[in-house]
Amino acid sequence: MNEFVERQMKLTWRPPKKSYDVVIVGAGGHGLATAYYLATRHGITNVAVFERGYIGGGNSGRNTTIIRANYGIPAAVRFYQRSVDLYRGLEEETDRWLMHQAKGLLWMAHSEAAVRAERMRAKLNTEFGAETEFVEPQEVQELCPQLDIEGGGRWPVLGASYHPQGATARHDRVVWALAEGAMERGAHVHQNTPVEGLILDGERVAGVRTAAGDVAAGAIVSAVGGHVSRIAAMAGLRLPIRSHRLQAFVTNHYRQQLGPIVASSELFFYASQTARGEMLLGAEIDPQPSFSYRSSHDFVQDVCRRALNLLPFMANLRVLRQWTGVCDMSPDYSPIMGRTGVPGFFITTGWGTWGFKAIPAGGEQMAELIATGEVPELIAPFGLDRFARDRTMADRGSAGTH
Amino acid sequence: MSLRIPCPHCGNRSVHEFVHGEVRQVPDHLTDPDERDLDLAFMHDNEEGVVTERWFHALGCRRWFEIRRDTTTDRIIERRAS
Repeated sequence: MNEFVERQMKLTWRPPKKSYDVVIVGAGGHGLATAYYLATRHGITNVAVFERGYIGGGNSGRNTTIIRANYGIPAAVRFYQRSVDLYRGLEEETDRWLMHQAKGLLWMAHSEAAVRAERMRAKLNTEFGAETEFVEPQEVQELCPQLDIEGGGRWPVLGASYHPQGATARHDRVVWALAEGAMERGAHVHQNTPVEGLILDGERVAGVRTAAGDVAAGAIVSAVGGHVSRIAAMAGLRLPIRSHRLQAFVTNHYRQQLGPIVASSELFFYASQTARGEMLLGAEIDPQPSFSYRSSHDFVQDVCRRALNLLPFMANLRVLRQWTGVCDMSPDYSPIMGRTGVPGFFITTGWGTWGFKAIPAGGEQMAELIATGEVPELIAPFGLDRFARDRTMADRGSAGTH
Repeated sequence: MSLRIPCPHCGNRSVHEFVHGEVRQVPDHLTDPDERDLDLAFMHDNEEGVVTERWFHALGCRRWFEIRRDTTTDRIIERRAS
């Protein structure tokens, strides 16, 4: 917890009860958002969120906090646009400053093929509700004067798709606002309480075994990031998930204000400037499946080399720190939300490198599913059963960089 | 230093020269042929701990080999030429 949050909050921490209506595993963004929307939209507050570490200490605290909806398939554009909309209203709704800032996102094209891809992205996004337009190099330069439009000679910017609603928010403020919102309405959050097993009643999952004893529940939601295959195995499920680590880093503080978020899928990186003035850079996942949180020098070296083609001013900056998250990659690069086929057990996973932006919509839709028992239309295409039904949701626009 | 993969022919090389290959094992308890196909196509063990995996040295000798690696630490346990 940071000092800002600590000063502001008056939270009551209670030991776990013997039973709850809903138990959520994982107090990251998605778990807490589910608890928050269960409380605020459906009045369901007999809810506990179990967390093996601390609130927001997994991937919610290890991402690059970018919020956007310019995805590659209609179902995803609609879903993420819902999230963009919810994020926009979240500060007012929770009465917390989340440092949410719409900056606009520029997705660069350096080749004719990429220009076609970005034009297509703009058309598809606009059609399904996420405002995006194709902009010519001159306008790109006006939106981002720091950009070397010649790309160092090798990567000229031939145009870009511009997504004005692209935004960033402060990750720990988001998770704590949701935690606080859920807790002040009666939900419990139990930190440092790992879930060690599931209690099975015949076919049904009827509760969780935790470090603080057994807890029964009417519905169990796995909002686990990074170790989701392990929890699914406890319910006898196999998942189409492989976990890879994803690294990111920030430079020292820099006064120059970089307006938009800059991304390039040909140079495999994206950059934004944080409120503190650090340049925040991210790129693709590491190639090997791994659960290690170790960061590597090669990564920083590689990303810097590529990024300097477009943002040469960064040559004068120093790398301040780097970190690693463990991403659950689905085979079609789309999330997996909903029922699992095991009664009483729900799942929200496959958040790969696109989890932070989906926090409010993911939580809202999962809450609706649990409260009403009906799969909401917005997430119906993203069920786990899509693989058996041969209805995968391959999305080239989901991970920006691979 | 990023992960180095010990190629039996070329020595320790950066992971970026290789293509990862999973050794797929459909669990025995799945007996229905459709379920086995589905598992083979999409599902993963995604194991935390020591795994046996294959690597293809795409930017090197272009040969396959097998290693054992701990996925929680990325430490290479064992190398087998094949």
